[in-house]
Amino acid sequence: MLLTITTTHRPATDLGYLLGKRPDRVQSFELPSGRAHVFYPEASDARCTAALLLDLDPLDLVRAARRSKTRDELLTHYVNDRPYASSSFTSAAISRVFGAALGGRSRERPELAATAIPLEATLATLPVRGGERFLRELFEPLGYEVEAAREPLDPRFEAWGGSRYYRVTLRATTTLGRLLTHLFVLVPVLDDDKHYWVGDDEVEKLLAKGADWLPDHPRREEITRRYLKRQGALTRRALERLIATESAPIEDEPELDEAEDALETKVSLNERRLAAVLATLRDVGAARVLDLGCGEGRLLRELLRDRRFERVVGLDVSTRALGRAHERLRLETLPPAQRARIELLHGSLTYRDARLAGFDAACAVEVIEHLDPWRLDAFARVVFEHAAPRTVILTTPNAEFNVRFDGLAAGAHRHADHRFEWSREEFGAWAHATAARFGYTVRLIPVGDIDEEVGPPTQMGVFSR
Amino acid sequence: MNVQIPELGLVALVGPSGSGKSTFARRHFRPTEILSSDFCRGLVSDDENDQSASADAFELLHVIAQKRLARGRLVVVDATNVQKEARQPLVRIAREQHVLATAIVLDLPPSLCDARNAARADRSFGPHVVRHQSAQLRKTLRGLQREGFRYVHVLSTPEAVDATTVERTKLWTDRRSERGPFDIIGDVHGCRDELVALLVELGYEATDADGRPRFAHPEGRKAVFVGDLVDRGPDSPGVLEIVMTMVRHDAAICVPGNHEIKLRRKLDGRDVRLTHGLAETMAQLEGRPEAFLSEVRSFIDGLVSHYVFDDGKLVVAHAGMKEAFQGRASGKVREFALYGETTGETDEYGLPVRFDWASQYRGRAMVVYGHTPVPRAEWINGTLCLDTGCVFGGELTALRYPERELVSVPAGRVYYAPVRPLGSAAEPTRDDLLDLDDVMGKRIVATRIARTVTIQERNAAAALEVMSRFGVDPRWLIYLPPTMSPTATSSLGDFLEHPHEAFDYYRREALPRVVCQEKHMGSRAVLVVCRDAEAAAARFGVSDGRRGVITSRTGRPFFEDVALEVAMVARVADAAQEAGLFDELATSWLCLDAELLPWSAKAQSLLRGQYAAVAAAGRSGLGAAVEALRACASRDGGDASELLARFEARHDHLAGYEAAYARYCWPVQGLDGYALAPFHVLASEGRVHTNEDHVWHMETLARICAADPSLLRATRYRVVDLSDPDSEAAATAWWIEQVAAGGEGMVVKPLEWLPTGRSDFVQPALKVRGPEYLRIIYGPEYLSHLPRLRRRGLGAKRRLAQKEFALGIEGLERFVAGAPLYRVHECVFGVLALESEPVDPRL
Repeated sequence: MLLTITTTHRPATDLGYLLGKRPDRVQSFELPSGRAHVFYPEASDARCTAALLLDLDPLDLVRAARRSKTRDELLTHYVNDRPYASSSFTSAAISRVFGAALGGRSRERPELAATAIPLEATLATLPVRGGERFLRELFEPLGYEVEAAREPLDPRFEAWGGSRYYRVTLRATTTLGRLLTHLFVLVPVLDDDKHYWVGDDEVEKLLAKGADWLPDHPRREEITRRYLKRQGALTRRALERLIATESAPIEDEPELDEAEDALETKVSLNERRLAAVLATLRDVGAARVLDLGCGEGRLLRELLRDRRFERVVGLDVSTRALGRAHERLRLETLPPAQRARIELLHGSLTYRDARLAGFDAACAVEVIEHLDPWRLDAFARVVFEHAAPRTVILTTPNAEFNVRFDGLAAGAHRHADHRFEWSREEFGAWAHATAARFGYTVRLIPVGDIDEEVGPPTQMGVFSR
Repeated sequence: MNVQIPELGLVALVGPSGSGKSTFARRHFRPTEILSSDFCRGLVSDDENDQSASADAFELLHVIAQKRLARGRLVVVDATNVQKEARQPLVRIAREQHVLATAIVLDLPPSLCDARNAARADRSFGPHVVRHQSAQLRKTLRGLQREGFRYVHVLSTPEAVDATTVERTKLWTDRRSERGPFDIIGDVHGCRDELVALLVELGYEATDADGRPRFAHPEGRKAVFVGDLVDRGPDSPGVLEIVMTMVRHDAAICVPGNHEIKLRRKLDGRDVRLTHGLAETMAQLEGRPEAFLSEVRSFIDGLVSHYVFDDGKLVVAHAGMKEAFQGRASGKVREFALYGETTGETDEYGLPVRFDWASQYRGRAMVVYGHTPVPRAEWINGTLCLDTGCVFGGELTALRYPERELVSVPAGRVYYAPVRPLGSAAEPTRDDLLDLDDVMGKRIVATRIARTVTIQERNAAAALEVMSRFGVDPRWLIYLPPTMSPTATSSLGDFLEHPHEAFDYYRREALPRVVCQEKHMGSRAVLVVCRDAEAAAARFGVSDGRRGVITSRTGRPFFEDVALEVAMVARVADAAQEAGLFDELATSWLCLDAELLPWSAKAQSLLRGQYAAVAAAGRSGLGAAVEALRACASRDGGDASELLARFEARHDHLAGYEAAYARYCWPVQGLDGYALAPFHVLASEGRVHTNEDHVWHMETLARICAADPSLLRATRYRVVDLSDPDSEAAATAWWIEQVAAGGEGMVVKPLEWLPTGRSDFVQPALKVRGPEYLRIIYGPEYLSHLPRLRRRGLGAKRRLAQKEFALGIEGLERFVAGAPLYRVHECVFGVLALESEPVDPRL
């Protein structure tokens, strides 16, 4: 809510000319959701400090957020930090109140505006997602000396630890326009949020504001991604234009399961898993295939590529995941013959579902470990007793292998939502008992490079009847 | 001529154009019962005579016929139907829907038809058309019955047509007007001694009728036999004597079993293998007079596949009856009634593998049947198999209806060795697998309190993910608490909420007394606690040794740490035991509604991510602002002072907010530090405690709390007489005292759970929250924005509270009544679904 800018360039009170706001009185400006005040806590020849104080109306913030199409989760709560923290509201206020200075212009001191002078900016309450290291990674390459102090969450409850708010002071000899531009772009990037709808014009804004420094910034991808509120398509367009000279293709960032993927990348496990499942499906000659817990549709995409899979149905309990699968598989634009092969269903693996009958094979790739143990019985009955395809393929992590992952604490699961992870023996016991109960036979197949001591990273059960 | 037609069935009118079918139809049937091909042609083409539209028109007609029959409505097809090809689809549809097809043929002279057609402007075709149609009809008339029409009525003169009356007859299976009480008796299989013992046990008395015992119930109850009276056992003729006599004297009703049908075929001299105990029956029948055999034959001939009783609430059939077949007639229905549905496979004993129709049964009618020996009669989704294998040395079992009581007598001995051991696999057992159709789609749930509650499809979809991914085992989840509305907005002083409006609300509902309960600020918890693990297994079907469960308001496990949950359940169960509650309520389990403190234990992530975070931001932001403004004010001497004063006030507000949430935060270690404050004894065996008033709930719970005061916290409360201003003032003072000390506030409830007020539905509770607490809800500085915040609408919240309350109680009522899991789950799921409806979260 408070940004102060200090200079020691003599006469320091020229800061008032640079900002276009006189140091001798408090001035207030209307903003869409409140007001901004500009005043000077100190104003001497040697040192002058201008303060930009945001005075946002919390009720207006909530009302505006509810009306807007962003439906910002945070802002729809009446208890939120927006009135107090620096955020995209700060950027908007800089643009509204210090517009000319932001553009490097000054009516009264044009040369000074283009001159590098000693400047110091303090943000009293800057939310930093990514911690102090990320904060420094953003500002230090731009030539700032960074001073940061973290605010505790609640001094009465020490165990709760620190908050994400830092009191940040940046010092550099630079032009005021550059300083304000850096703040304008990087404050929302650190906050990792925007109070307004991010669309194509944000790409233009970023390209204009970042033209002379962003292309060379070591964290340009992350800055771009966050500035555009992590919207994959926008980010890709912006980055492509930003680094038009380089030709490396820009991949979509995965949105889900990032942590688990990152952990497992060394063995590119996901691809090997899908390959193993696909190979098994081809082996058994399955034409009608169910992907249970299809998520964003990674397996579905592979299945669609092979015409021998005549009917491909993905089921997931999350409507959001299905929405993303719909997008990623580009179902809207598939040719009719392809479109007719695939269907996405909203359903749950613990409720019997008549739509799941009549398939040759069902796959549940990395799914059962997301079910609470007391749901496994219902899952088994839904799949083996009622859907009852000739072949069922299940994969699940081999918990024994976890010790081979760097950075995974002992006893921890690979993913926060895993309800359990089984050893080979545990999975084997369950698989054999389940197969026997429902009249199937099961083969257990390792997936990924087998470690002599702890086995493969993933285990697969192929059930047939 | 009186034409009889089944009241549910398909009637095809057959006759050439101009034979008067439409006139006949209009005279005898309701407009909605008549499906006319002309009308359908008009629907699809705007021209009733456009013959090119016939294919589409008939497709439409067939679809409507299917839908009507599926819904149990009569269908009358008004089309020429003179060709076999045109009639075939009608016969097929009737078969698929398991109803009988009737043909009413108007076989009038072609000249008459021509004359009628000539009189109509829209029928311009020549006389050859009618002659052709007439010829086609004559050619196929005699084959109608063979085509599949059970009844064929031919009317050949205009006079006969005019004189015809149509009578709708009830189906043989339809005994909906008979409401019992009944004693439904399982497979007897020639066990005459056990049958006599059971009848006596049930209160039937025997008199002598022509040398035979004639049993009858002094109170007029009727026995209903599920069939398989004969074979395997020692005295099948004796059993037949008893049952035939009871049926003849209207003391019993009987449906056929597969063994009766086989016996009947044998008695007819057909080639039937003397297996499965038929040999014994034939031997026992030896020497019986022909008159007896003839009586048996006609008795069996007169048996109807199954019966629907008591307004459709009860169905009795030998091998069960799925919903789509109930009250219908076809070969398939009869086959199902006698043999059940089989998968076509045989098991290791060579017996047919039965399709487990009961586990998927979702019908509203109770289905009572026999046929498959089971070790115990157990309810499965509202169905009950009464064949407890008497002839194999088990028991002969009866169900008292509507009491739902089981009465059994043990077999004298093993009369016949079972092919498949009793209790082996493939027999129906308790089945708690839920079906997606139990919860998804737009649902309309009938409840006792609020008639029907509608749940929109989008809400159900949202709940599916939450329930599937995070919910506890559905067998434990018998209740989710409803949302609660705040009191109407107050305009008194600096109050957004004040007791005044709550009292006023109930006074306007003409309720004399309310109870005010201290509102604990923790997290809502619903507990199911059982006396012991055996009770949990018996009542909830969960046999992992747990004695209960503690769930959050959205049905998730309250504790991530199972050990804590197990420990707390044990403490509460022990306290209830010590207070004598299990005995007093004659129950082995209790369902309690409670608040679990501290808030910080459950809401840790919310506290850190939101409440404390906002405090941290505010502290540093406002602190820095005040500091800078002070510097400015001291420099310029005045201009900034107004702004400074405002920001100092904001800083104070923030301090109030920090103090407000900190009151609800304290550390816990194991169970130490936790406090559980129960406030409703929701349900126990056989009872939902909505008939006891809130004082009973408070006093009963206080006794449990006294048994373990270090964990359990009794809720402070007081009763207010709304006609006494002093009583009200004292309660208000009590509230002010509590909220001044940092309390959340209080809940005002009518003294009775389900009071009769002036409006259709009285809010079951209103919360009145204290001004400091509301900082957590409306923001640290909400007191500065009171005028705007007072413009809040409560309508949506109150409607939601009403629906959720009705659903919550309905779920409990179903559970205590022994309803199948899917019926309970429907209500619980419904509450969760409604909670996904967006309402102002501050209310």
